[in-house]
Amino acid sequence: MGNKPWPFVVAGFGLLLLAWGTIWGLAFAPKEIYMGDVQRIMYVHVPTAWNTMLVLTFAFACAVVSLLRGGWGWDARLEASVEAGVVMSILVCMQGSLWARPTWGVWWDWDPRLTTTAVLVFAFGGILALRQFVDDPVKRAVWSAVAVVIAYVDVPLVYFSVRWWNSLHQVQSTPNTVSRAFHWPLRINAFGVLFLMIGVIALRARVAFLRRESELAPPRPSAPAVAAGAGGVR
Amino acid sequence: MSPLGAALRKDLLLQWRTRAQFVAVFVFGASALLLFSFASGPDSGALRQHAAGFLWLGLLLSSTLALADSFESEMAQRALEGLLLLPADARALYYGKAIANVLQLTLLGAGLVPLMVVLYDVSTARVPALLGVIFLGAAGLSAPGTLYSAMTAQLRARNTLLPLLLFPLVVPALLGAVKATALLLLGDPMGQLGSWVSLLVAFDLVYWSLCGLLFERVVED
Amino acid sequence: MTTPLAVETTGLSRRYGRRWALSDVSLGVETGAVVMLAGRNGSGKSTLLRVLATALRPDHGTAKVAGHDVRHEREAIRRKVALLAHQSFLYEALTARENLRVAASFLGKDAEADLIARVGLAGRADDPVASFSAGMRKRLALARVLLQDASVVLLDEPYGELDPPGFDLLDSTIVELRARGATVIMATHLVERGRRLCDRALLLEDGRLAWSGAAAAMPTTAQGGE
Repeated sequence: MGNKPWPFVVAGFGLLLLAWGTIWGLAFAPKEIYMGDVQRIMYVHVPTAWNTMLVLTFAFACAVVSLLRGGWGWDARLEASVEAGVVMSILVCMQGSLWARPTWGVWWDWDPRLTTTAVLVFAFGGILALRQFVDDPVKRAVWSAVAVVIAYVDVPLVYFSVRWWNSLHQVQSTPNTVSRAFHWPLRINAFGVLFLMIGVIALRARVAFLRRESELAPPRPSAPAVAAGAGGVR
Repeated sequence: MSPLGAALRKDLLLQWRTRAQFVAVFVFGASALLLFSFASGPDSGALRQHAAGFLWLGLLLSSTLALADSFESEMAQRALEGLLLLPADARALYYGKAIANVLQLTLLGAGLVPLMVVLYDVSTARVPALLGVIFLGAAGLSAPGTLYSAMTAQLRARNTLLPLLLFPLVVPALLGAVKATALLLLGDPMGQLGSWVSLLVAFDLVYWSLCGLLFERVVED
Repeated sequence: MTTPLAVETTGLSRRYGRRWALSDVSLGVETGAVVMLAGRNGSGKSTLLRVLATALRPDHGTAKVAGHDVRHEREAIRRKVALLAHQSFLYEALTARENLRVAASFLGKDAEADLIARVGLAGRADDPVASFSAGMRKRLALARVLLQDASVVLLDEPYGELDPPGFDLLDSTIVELRARGATVIMATHLVERGRRLCDRALLLEDGRLAWSGAAAAMPTTAQGGE
């Protein structure tokens, strides 16, 4: 893996976008009619949520390539993106909670998307735990790739099952539609989080790759020619 | 005999030989059901409402024990590796074990039903349907459970890792099984049973195929 | 057509984490040879046998067993190779007879009735393996190997748990295998015994091949054996 500084540049750019979009959204965007200022958390929440799925999809891609082709680079990227995905999922849940409390009076409203994200925290967090307990790097790479594939395939199943399950009860959910005036800060923040995550994941993957190198023995020099005795064995 | 037949025969024989362990797991499940009723309180209305949930929670918790047991005998003397080296097809070994596990979990679930009837004051006339739902739910637990059990049996913290990995994964199967069971026990005025069963079937189809494909990577070097 | 070399490796290497268990091992074993694999504990004997049996993948280098590549033709190799390892590959909960029957069912054959008697377990055929001593388990594992009817037989410290009658059983088995034309590679610390039974010898030191030649000429000082 390289040493070039591009991840810092990309992450820095992402932070700038994030700052711009957040300040715009928090201070300057028009107030939403029904919910008022509380709604402003959407400027952070929605971009985080979009990017969480993007990051986990990237993790799935890394897992598939890792299983088909191997290579420590892909395993390092998988570790980085699963970690980022878990952190972002936790953030999404926290943001959702912060929104739900003043709006509905409860810390958790069983919104299908939010609930699915909560399940993802445990599913992918469990994979990080798995990696901690496997000592052999090769097994660790293969098994976590298998686990990521299994967990990712589950995502639509979890989502639909929670949606049906919730639809039998109340209809509390996060707002789907966002009117035009709110689009720009949202988009800017979405790209902000995206670039920030690309930079962070690239850097984290480098760390993982270096760790792998320190775990594995370096190739040993070739053996000198062996003294051969009487024939039959070379 | 086909490899799958040989594997299934081996696993059923192993289960029969270790049936004392099955009894222990059943007792564990039964005590879980009892504890749920204590935790919930003696309000019979509440118990009835949650009977399906308690049954499946009890079965889920017991399944981690049963699934972990299923690979103990394979790893103790590296018997599974020995079979792979004969050679035996890894996929056949997976499906043999997974099918044996479904049967065991179904038996476990069916055994807990009378306890559920007594403790939570519920019952149903649609017994075959209930057994069918238990079978489908058990299949949902068994497919990923067998794969993860093979994986974690090779690790140190196996008792923690198996539930840690399995529980979030089987949420759709759990929801489907609980809902379907509740509808059978408490009535299904809007005819929703079909959709929950479909969810279970979809989950089972996805994971029975996926885990069969991936099993080899988990047990081979 | 039998290939002249039953086993052929070039630069074979395998690591466990930071340690190279096998390092750049290049050797060849003729078909039908009986080879002693010697070396101290931790020298890589078991690892080499397991790689040849395709239980482990090599990290570097190549290996061919019975003309097939260990990386790409595992199933073909497994049909021709039998491994007697430290672990018995047995199910403790099943009886001796049942264990053989399970193995036979995957091999697509019937368990030969006399195998259990041949390894001296006739009286305990229907007892669970869990009740067996280590030596008895070894005998049953040997029966399992014989069941496979392999052309390449790999024995990892087979004398380990056996009693003196067991030693004789193993010796006669090796003679039988040789008469059948099978190739045998036996990892052992019992150098004197190995010298009598084997044609050739390989010495592993710290994962590397340190010496190869006629078994009779094998240096004793190198590995501090019997």
